[in-house]
Amino acid sequence: MSGPSIEAVNLSKRYGSFPALSNLSLKIEGSKCVGFLGPNGAGKTTTLKIFTDMIRASEGKALINGIDVHLNKKKALSSVGSLIESPEIYPSLTPREALSMVSDIRGLPRAEKRKKIEEVVSEVKMEEWLDKKVGKFSKGMKQRINIAAALLSDPDVFLLDEPTTGLDPRGMAEVRDIVKSLKTRNRLIFMSSHLLNEVQDVCDEVAMIDHGKLLVYDSLSNVTSRASSDGGNIVEIELLRDIDERTVNDDIASLANVSSAERPDPRKIRIHFSGGVQNQERLLLDLANLKIGMISFHPSASALEDTYLRLIKDTL
Amino acid sequence: MSKLPGKSLPTPGSRVLPTSVSQVGTITKYELLNYFRSRRFFILLAIGLIISGLLTALVAYYGVSNVAPCLPSMCSSPPLAFYSFWWGSSITFVIVLSGIFFGGDAISGEFQNKTGYFLVANPLRRSSIYIGKWLGALTASLMVLAIYAAITVGNGLYYFGANVPYQFAESLSFSILYLIAVLGFTFFFSSLFKSSSMSILVTAILFLFAFSLIQLIVSGLAQIEPWFIITYGSGIIGNVLMDTYPTTQPIRGPGGRDSTTFAATIPEGIVILVAYFFATAILGLVLFERKEFT
Ligand SMILES: Nc1ncnc2c1ncn2[C@@H]1O[C@H](COP(=O)(O)OP(=O)(O)O)[C@@H](O)[C@H]1O
Ligand SMILES: [Mg+2]
Repeated sequence: MSGPSIEAVNLSKRYGSFPALSNLSLKIEGSKCVGFLGPNGAGKTTTLKIFTDMIRASEGKALINGIDVHLNKKKALSSVGSLIESPEIYPSLTPREALSMVSDIRGLPRAEKRKKIEEVVSEVKMEEWLDKKVGKFSKGMKQRINIAAALLSDPDVFLLDEPTTGLDPRGMAEVRDIVKSLKTRNRLIFMSSHLLNEVQDVCDEVAMIDHGKLLVYDSLSNVTSRASSDGGNIVEIELLRDIDERTVNDDIASLANVSSAERPDPRKIRIHFSGGVQNQERLLLDLANLKIGMISFHPSASALEDTYLRLIKDTL
Repeated sequence: MSKLPGKSLPTPGSRVLPTSVSQVGTITKYELLNYFRSRRFFILLAIGLIISGLLTALVAYYGVSNVAPCLPSMCSSPPLAFYSFWWGSSITFVIVLSGIFFGGDAISGEFQNKTGYFLVANPLRRSSIYIGKWLGALTASLMVLAIYAAITVGNGLYYFGANVPYQFAESLSFSILYLIAVLGFTFFFSSLFKSSSMSILVTAILFLFAFSLIQLIVSGLAQIEPWFIITYGSGIIGNVLMDTYPTTQPIRGPGGRDSTTFAATIPEGIVILVAYFFATAILGLVLFERKEFT
């Protein structure tokens, strides 16, 4: 076995005659984060609900680690943490009790239970609320507890449906950090979102869906490079201090693999380069060596946006 | 659980989960905790205590031989008359209220309040959720029933000493059976609906009015034995406390019109209640298994 996997085989879902999901086939394997991108109503939640057996597929099947979710739900979900459509917790329970219920259902060893609950609650920064009743919590606070519940049993597979909705900007950033930290622990994360920058920030691969149909599933860099005219990649860097046009044209444009560089404003540079992630690493090193006050370096969001808009428009 | 040395990492998804029975126990435990935290359990308990209090006051004020008269010609046991007056007249109401309180929205509430979404995506069978919640409702109802029975017996002991007729034990057992059937039924109804108030309303109307009304129409007007109605089966709870157990018999009405009064025998009553329980439990489970968390 090569690690956690989820697979949709010809998955379809109709509500009456309305096709919410059409013939989705998608196999994701290994430890990585896959962003599931699509506009509202695209079929993201529908897909994730089939994967957790909350709804039944009209056709096809959903497999987690090779096990059919509908035929053997208990086994298929044994190592899955999910967060779908902001569930509510019994309002009269405290987070400690609600998480204790989840931990009993999932069979966490008694000795670890208490420690584990406190650990995940502090990961979502809710320690102070551990023994207060959930009924009084705001939407964002409940969402944090839901995330804690997903983390609790340390699953291999995460199915997250727009996990940052309902959170304030700081909460969103914190949740993204949690998701990023999961990647380092050999986890498969399948995360839906309608926020391009979120997927860009957190994920390695992206699956785009619209009108219930899968449009593309590829690595983030391949998807973004489709957008740029020269078939290469775009990164954007931000600077601590102003940079002059000449440094951009002379020093940066002449770095290895760089095809062109432009300066949208004095503290921002867009760099087009060719090749894969190795070249991207090289570029990052080269730019750091230039000591131009670089404070951020990330693949261009607008490249992903370009692809997204083009693909989504195509299906209208 | 010990890991064997040299064994490769467990394959993904092969976590050891508790048995379904133990998961049912977990659901029951937290369902009960939730009942005790929310006001519902205590409101029902309070209603039970109020009814008990009213009956206690009634008996103390008018005297036990007046509220539960036992005329020598047609009554052989004053304590039996007392238990019949008290338990026979009120327990089905307490049971039906338990069913409405704990079963009325047991499943529909999980959808309406979205609390079901918190549970259902976990690695456990849906039937474990259903059964666990049902056992929680049964346990909570049994607690109320036990307290109600204790007050009944307390009064009985006060007036008649340790002379509890064996028929009371029978009636108590039938009450528990009726409770089981009522909860089976209300859980079934609550999985038919997605709105809490709707399912509570429908079960309340059915048990508080509709069943008795249908029973009345079917047996009184159509002159058919209403064996298919759950409340007909529950008649054994009160009948067993009567001095002579009522039977199905023709009666000569005024003006020479013949009619029949119906009463389920004890075995018939048990069969009706057991059948209601199994039929509604299976239907409810199937419905819940198929229900979509859209
Ligand atoms: N219960 C339902 N009944 C009918 N249509 C539904 C239902 N749930 C979702 N849909 C429709 O299915 C489509 C996909 O919905 P959804 O998967 O929730 O989209 P997303 O999560 O991508 O925003 C939408 O057009 C939505 O209106
Ligand atoms: Mg959605």
